[in-house]
Amino acid sequence: MKNIDAHAHVRGESVYVDDIPERRDTLHGAVFASPLAHGVIKRLDVAPALACPGVVAVLTAADVPGQNQIGNIIQDEPLFAEDQVHFQGQPLALVLAERETQARRAVKEIRVELEPLPIIVDPRVARAQGELIIPPRTFLLGDPDKAFAHCAHVFEGRADTGGQEHLYIETQGAYAWPVEKGGVRVVSSTQGPTVVQRAAARVLDLPMHLVEISVQRLGGGFGGKEDQATAWAVMAALGALRLKRSVKIALHREDDLRMTGKRHPYSSDFKIGLDEDLKILAYEATFHQDAGAAADLSPAVMERTLFHASNSYFIPNLRATAYSCRTNLPPNTAFRGFGGPQGMFVIEAAIARAAEALGVPARLIQERNLLDEGSEFPYGQRTEQCQARVAWHDALARYDLARIEEEAARFNRENRLFKKGLALMPICFGIAFTKKHLNQAGALVHVYSDGSVGVSTGAVEMGQGVNTKLCQTACAVFSIGEARVKMEAADTTRVANTSPTAASAAADLNGKALEKACRSILGRLQKAAVQILGVGDKAEVALRDERVWVDGQPTDLTWPALVEAAYLARVNLSAHAHYATPAIWFDTTREKGEPFAYHVYGTAILEATVDCVRGTYVFDSVKLVHDFGKSMNPYIDRGQTEGGLIQGIGWMTCEEVAYDAEGRLLANALSTYKVPDIQAAPKTVDVHFLEAPGSKAAIFRSKAIGEPPLMYGIGAYFAVRNAIRAFNPESDLPFSAPITPEKTLLALYGAREARRASEAIAGAAASG
Amino acid sequence: MSDTIGFILNDREVEAASHPATPLLDYIRGEAGLCGTKIGCREGDCGACAVLVGSLEEGEVCYRAMTSCLTPLGNAAGKHVVTVEGLNREELNPVQEAIVTEGGVQCGFCTPGFVVSLAGFCLGDAEPTPAAGVAAMDGNICRCTGYKSLERAAARIAGLLARRDDGDRLSWLTAQGFLPDYFPGIPARLTDLERRHERPSPPAAACFLGGGTDLMVQKPDDLPGLDVALLFPREDLRDISMENGRCLVGAGVTAEMMREDPLLTGLFPGMDGYMRLVASTPIRHMATIGGNLVNASPIGDMTIMFLALDAELALQSPAGERRLPLRRFYHGYKRLDKGPDELLTALRFEPPGATVRFNFEKVSKRTHLDIASVNSAILVEAQDGRIVRAGISAGGVAPIPLFLEKASGWLAGRPLCADTVREAADRAMVEASPIDDVRGSAEYKRLLLRQLIYAHFLTLFPEEVDPEALL
Repeated sequence: MKNIDAHAHVRGESVYVDDIPERRDTLHGAVFASPLAHGVIKRLDVAPALACPGVVAVLTAADVPGQNQIGNIIQDEPLFAEDQVHFQGQPLALVLAERETQARRAVKEIRVELEPLPIIVDPRVARAQGELIIPPRTFLLGDPDKAFAHCAHVFEGRADTGGQEHLYIETQGAYAWPVEKGGVRVVSSTQGPTVVQRAAARVLDLPMHLVEISVQRLGGGFGGKEDQATAWAVMAALGALRLKRSVKIALHREDDLRMTGKRHPYSSDFKIGLDEDLKILAYEATFHQDAGAAADLSPAVMERTLFHASNSYFIPNLRATAYSCRTNLPPNTAFRGFGGPQGMFVIEAAIARAAEALGVPARLIQERNLLDEGSEFPYGQRTEQCQARVAWHDALARYDLARIEEEAARFNRENRLFKKGLALMPICFGIAFTKKHLNQAGALVHVYSDGSVGVSTGAVEMGQGVNTKLCQTACAVFSIGEARVKMEAADTTRVANTSPTAASAAADLNGKALEKACRSILGRLQKAAVQILGVGDKAEVALRDERVWVDGQPTDLTWPALVEAAYLARVNLSAHAHYATPAIWFDTTREKGEPFAYHVYGTAILEATVDCVRGTYVFDSVKLVHDFGKSMNPYIDRGQTEGGLIQGIGWMTCEEVAYDAEGRLLANALSTYKVPDIQAAPKTVDVHFLEAPGSKAAIFRSKAIGEPPLMYGIGAYFAVRNAIRAFNPESDLPFSAPITPEKTLLALYGAREARRASEAIAGAAASG
Repeated sequence: MSDTIGFILNDREVEAASHPATPLLDYIRGEAGLCGTKIGCREGDCGACAVLVGSLEEGEVCYRAMTSCLTPLGNAAGKHVVTVEGLNREELNPVQEAIVTEGGVQCGFCTPGFVVSLAGFCLGDAEPTPAAGVAAMDGNICRCTGYKSLERAAARIAGLLARRDDGDRLSWLTAQGFLPDYFPGIPARLTDLERRHERPSPPAAACFLGGGTDLMVQKPDDLPGLDVALLFPREDLRDISMENGRCLVGAGVTAEMMREDPLLTGLFPGMDGYMRLVASTPIRHMATIGGNLVNASPIGDMTIMFLALDAELALQSPAGERRLPLRRFYHGYKRLDKGPDELLTALRFEPPGATVRFNFEKVSKRTHLDIASVNSAILVEAQDGRIVRAGISAGGVAPIPLFLEKASGWLAGRPLCADTVREAADRAMVEASPIDDVRGSAEYKRLLLRQLIYAHFLTLFPEEVDPEALL
């Protein structure tokens, strides 16, 4: 089945928040935000904005009827800053005007006096000053201290990864209007309708049932609208209730970039110990997560870094410690992979460090230490139906790695100006929310009397194709065609207490709930068919291709006729079902448990060519073997794989979130923050679907796909690194991603040489 | 002079009463209520708002993709503006079908822009190859798909276009279902529109506005309050010709015209490659040389090219015409020798002779659709293993687009070899004064300048300059 929205998308007919036909009473909101990263608010003067043409109101913390608080995991984030500001771009006021341009002009008139406080932009500095969001956590397996003493080789180092802007092409936005009985309805571009509902209820001092949140679709999310969509939706709701008018907020791109958090930068230290046979005996990692100014989802992201600290490898003695460090940057947040990629980069860097020092290919160390069936993860869970080695060996054989290596070596011998680099990137990613209570979902199914079907779940469609997979689920259970099923907007009035669409788990959780709901209606319809057809209770009644079959034979009773007859027979044609993932648990006091429903595996081979004159690079190919389980939709799954991969490559290469020492975002527009364009995509991307059993916890054994492929992109750093080292074996390039053209050129020629040149030049200039 | 701006929007003739510097995007989504055109960045960098703009040229309509966020509404006057809705038929058209079939759709937000760009590919003059199809999407950002599916769609479309009848392209594309039925009637309707609408003449003291790719980014909120003189419609600024042995290029010439013009590509065989580094397809359709020069960005790509060519500028004002060398145009960061009522109308330069070679280099964080960290151009005349004269310019290494006067002068008379190149590059590094900013550290930009000078010579003189000796 193709993406069920594709037809409308290519015609430009799909409706996003900003496309909803405007209600006549609509006001437009623009946000005034802090120009300083840290300070005490002495005075906030909104009067000049109120005097501007078209301005109807300016809302601040003083206008909040309930709690001025939108924090989710920890309640440490005000909707509007009240006493202090903690990051540049922190909202202070919302201007509401008749027209959007009027609101934006009026924002420029607001004045704030701030008494500056010290600014922290480095997570290591934050840790040193005790600025932690939560106490540090440590995962421990075996006895690393003892094991290091027995290692033939021990290497230490530092590995840093930068942030990543989500760059959903649809910016954050919401549209709210008052409804009867003092309530409010909000159309929000959020991955978490219930997250928004709870926050809005708290801020507005309303019971949740008076706050309706509806989400048709998002123009991209990637984690950036899991918690960070909340502020704008709550502001719009507040405006709607205060002014009894409709309020729309659609952030301009620069505001979105400046005001919202991103993937967490990490600065980490590692120590790795190996025996003579390249078996990793011990590994230690210390992660400094840059959480930004408030908790947001940082504690959960930090936890997943620990879960994935050993990536796809079994390491018998491991200690991983993580610090969630409070800095004066926008609160960093969920982003595809959710801390996992940051942890995986560090172990890959440690392996590369060891390989370079020992003069062996990194792949020998990688292969030697891959997970086996029954291997224990540092958190106590053991692998089941482990595909790590299967995918690895399949990739090496299928794509003939030996030949790829040989050709790259020959190319490097014959070329001085260009060098090729290869990297292998195995992945292992755990599927489930690591907060147990989020592993639940509800689905509501209506079969209308003409046989058409309406499906509501808590899943939010943001391009990942979850609604297509859910539509398939309903079609499969009822054995009806796609045209009979309509996927409704995720709406808190239809399905309540939803988990955010995140953790790659939306298709599994909502799919399982939907399957249950459909099966209960199916059961009633089968009973009805027995009555209608007058066959005995022992007859085997099934639905196949929109028709009732009895004992393996088709009957004349079609789906619509069956439904119509069942309706007349007063059969309940609606069902709500609830699903909770069984058997998962985690004990944070011991940091042990079975947190994941299953794991996803795969291996990618990446090849890059570096232009050694200019310091630029291209990716020649990425060839990967991935464990999709029993893919229920290869069309969707291939798209997720290619898209995730290239987003991961972007994180490792051209995407550089730069702040200055004052906490000001430097890459503050699309002209300065660069995501891959079509010409930056690898020339070849081969995706092979591994023959694998899947998991019972996955919908129709089709494994979760949203996040894992992003982590193949980590190999991009190492491919470029290896090409640089082919040109300059003495290169002292740090394990620091993204490996921008700047870092590449400095590494090709050595930063020291560049400094020497600069100094010589300064001398020459001074002497005239 | 009429107060309204008349054009054909899809199948409908419209009269817009908004200010001519209003973004076309806002008119399309707001006044016209066509929400298929999306707002992604409002700075021409994502392509979600791409539209086709059809201009009547010698009886035919030429369609070019443009980003409507930066297109001043006034520049749409007399044109056929096509949004995704204007491409829709009852059934999906082959472009839409190819994107759906190949999975080139995920969240859908960027999708209309891709459909429009690929429609531009179908309507345009590029060879119907998969690579040209991909090039047509070089101004569209998709954050979901990773582009491979869109590449497959482009290949599929290129296959369908292999049989295109270029004699009557509009009719063929319409008959094959690429375009809705109203398209073949557009040339006659535009002719009629042109007859009925006089071009408004620019008011005397006004803000000059060209393609919009700089001013509409820098002053989106201020422009609609100003009297603007629209330069984009002025045919008299679009001349490319030889004049008394010198090459004349009008200030209204777009980057895409530079890429395609037979005279310029004849003089500069690498022009296509240079211009593909300059900007994306839609921006090249809008950005003018005059705008690039007057914007005075220290890293303006075309400025850097013309600095190496030692172009002379013609500035027109009510007092008459004044000429001065481009190399004396810039006095400091964004300060230039031009009065507010002076209009840059043309550039003139000596065409490179048989012994003269030209090259342009640019490195940015992302190779395409990005602003340079450092760019550089060189014009070098060499004979019998010696450099007769050279001119090297560089952007991103000084407050102004820099002509490397000393390094260039030093090269004259030197032997053409690696040692000469290395010393010239060292001298250029002394002349440069880069600063740390978002496009790179000063240290990096200096090193990169050296490397780009190496790249010039390795590209232009692969026989004479030994890479082993240089690197």
